[in-house]
Amino acid sequence: MALLTFRDALNQALDEEMERDPAIIIIGEEVAQYNGAYKVTKGLLDKYGPSRVIDTPITEEGFTGVGIGAAMAGMRVIVEWMTFNFSIQALDQVLNNAAKMRYMSGGQFTLPIVFRGPNGPAEYLSSQHSQALQSMFAHIPGLKVVAPSTPHDAKGLLKSAIRDDNPVVFLEAELMYNWTGEVPEQQYVVPIGTAAIRQEGTDVTIVSFSKPMKLAMEAAAELAKEDISAEVIDLRSLRPLDETTVFESVRKTNRCVIIDEAWPVASIGTHIGCRVSQECFDFLDAPVEVINSQDVPMPYNHGLELAAQPSVAAIIAAVRRCSYATNG
Amino acid sequence: MSSKKTSLPYAKEFLEKLLYQMLLIRDFEEKASQMYGLRKIGGFLHLYIGQEAVAVGSIASLDLARDYVLTAYRDHGHALVCGTSSRSLMAELYGKATGCSRGKGGSMHFFDAKNHFLGGNGIVGAHIPLAAGVALKIAYNKEGGLVLCFFGDGAIHQGSFHETLNLAKIWRLPVIFICENNQYGMGTDFRRVSSVTDFTLFGNSYGIQGRQVDGMDVLAVYEEFVRTGKHCRENLEPAFIEVKTYRYRGHSASDPAKYRTKEELDEYKKQDPILILKSKMTEAGVAGQDDFERLEARCRIEVDDAMEFAEKSPQPALETLYEDVLV
Repeated sequence: MALLTFRDALNQALDEEMERDPAIIIIGEEVAQYNGAYKVTKGLLDKYGPSRVIDTPITEEGFTGVGIGAAMAGMRVIVEWMTFNFSIQALDQVLNNAAKMRYMSGGQFTLPIVFRGPNGPAEYLSSQHSQALQSMFAHIPGLKVVAPSTPHDAKGLLKSAIRDDNPVVFLEAELMYNWTGEVPEQQYVVPIGTAAIRQEGTDVTIVSFSKPMKLAMEAAAELAKEDISAEVIDLRSLRPLDETTVFESVRKTNRCVIIDEAWPVASIGTHIGCRVSQECFDFLDAPVEVINSQDVPMPYNHGLELAAQPSVAAIIAAVRRCSYATNG
Repeated sequence: MSSKKTSLPYAKEFLEKLLYQMLLIRDFEEKASQMYGLRKIGGFLHLYIGQEAVAVGSIASLDLARDYVLTAYRDHGHALVCGTSSRSLMAELYGKATGCSRGKGGSMHFFDAKNHFLGGNGIVGAHIPLAAGVALKIAYNKEGGLVLCFFGDGAIHQGSFHETLNLAKIWRLPVIFICENNQYGMGTDFRRVSSVTDFTLFGNSYGIQGRQVDGMDVLAVYEEFVRTGKHCRENLEPAFIEVKTYRYRGHSASDPAKYRTKEELDEYKKQDPILILKSKMTEAGVAGQDDFERLEARCRIEVDDAMEFAEKSPQPALETLYEDVLV
């Protein structure tokens, strides 16, 4: 096992897949000569040339649509959005074309395309550059949505996403790119659609994905000091959603806390909360707790922006509430 | 059938093919319109009647083994000319399982991947980047093909159009962007909403050769596309063509078209693309009334057969609701 950053794990996935299949191209802003705004595509231009690693003008709708058209015609395409905040410019193409072409043509096309880039808040970027947009994409039938939280899964899931014949939205995060983790030396893939149990436990199920997984793990460690044993589930895929793993865990622990850094209305977090309440009702010892970001645009001020997002303290408080614990 | 040359520089078979395709589009749509009135067909029905020469003349210049066609929601004519069977298209309008899109697309979403007809798109301008993507594939694989991307004067102000023209130019993509200017974006006269009335200026703004052609004359359309297509293929270049045309019907079946005068419509009907071709063929001595009646009879048989096929075809099974969301 090698210790790799999330960024380098993604880069390896791109490199290995491009080497394997000459039909794969990458398009996006600054992906080629600049080596990627976040350096995820570093070195790929030198290795694969400008016909496969393609710099674009700042035209998210245009180049995303070009990628979708190329995928419909038989190429395998990776679209990098510099951030998901800019994916909104391209949303029409994703929603109306990528997610619909197969269905409304009666199955005549495959859409092997990955839309990837950093999603969710970083720091000091205010409202337009701090958005966690997973709920929007996960809402759309015809897409798969993936959100890894470790370098190992980032690499394995990106390889699966590239090989998938469906459009896959692949959520990274700016603050995760420098996270390190163990990545096997040999090639591997992680299948889309399976959650991972990061820590086994008996008293409460904590469910999260992507960047807030770090908070979930820290909270679990703190709770262990209070003799509260948390089972921590990393969803990894948001569509399809591995409900079975969540339900089985909740039926064991009888309590559920969900952390999702998107806004609360119609989010993945509230959706899972609803599903757990429906499917595990007789097993629950307390109402399901959902921790989302606050229902406001993101402010610039650091104290305010931290207050807007899920925190370790908020997770611990929610676990205590549903455990009817008195301390704190 | 004679293939002798006439004073028109085309074989009789070729001219009859063009005439037949225009007749077929018109008959097919008139039947569809009638069936829409009887509620056999639902949703929106955007008719192409009046514009037939555009799809027929331009697609006649293609080799669909390597070339592709994409258009917007007024797509019946383009699909027919690409060779999709009138049966499967009428069945699609009926929402039947035998439809080209298995009853899931309807009028705006005809597709025929085998014949390189990639839709049909219901969002104004959304298919324009897709067409450039198909051209990117052609260029990447050095296939020698060409993409025709049709849209209306209503789409030309969308960002997707302007973004794509720029991309096609910088990446040297073999695609012809075709604005079928039928003069009304739904009920809006294009002169009311456009900063320019000569749309070739938009092409020129991106360094793309822009040309105009009379869309009521199928041979003029054909000749322009042969010329421009050759240039695009040989030089790996995009082009822009504004085709001046006119739709006889409203924007969709529910539009009484009160935004224009009867006199205007009548004036255009005098330049009907079918009449123009017929008179050219007659003047050249290549065909006469008997030939036209033979073609019209064949056309009626084809459309009646398509309707009968659609009527008799089964409804899609309920379980197909869940099919083809993903692979």
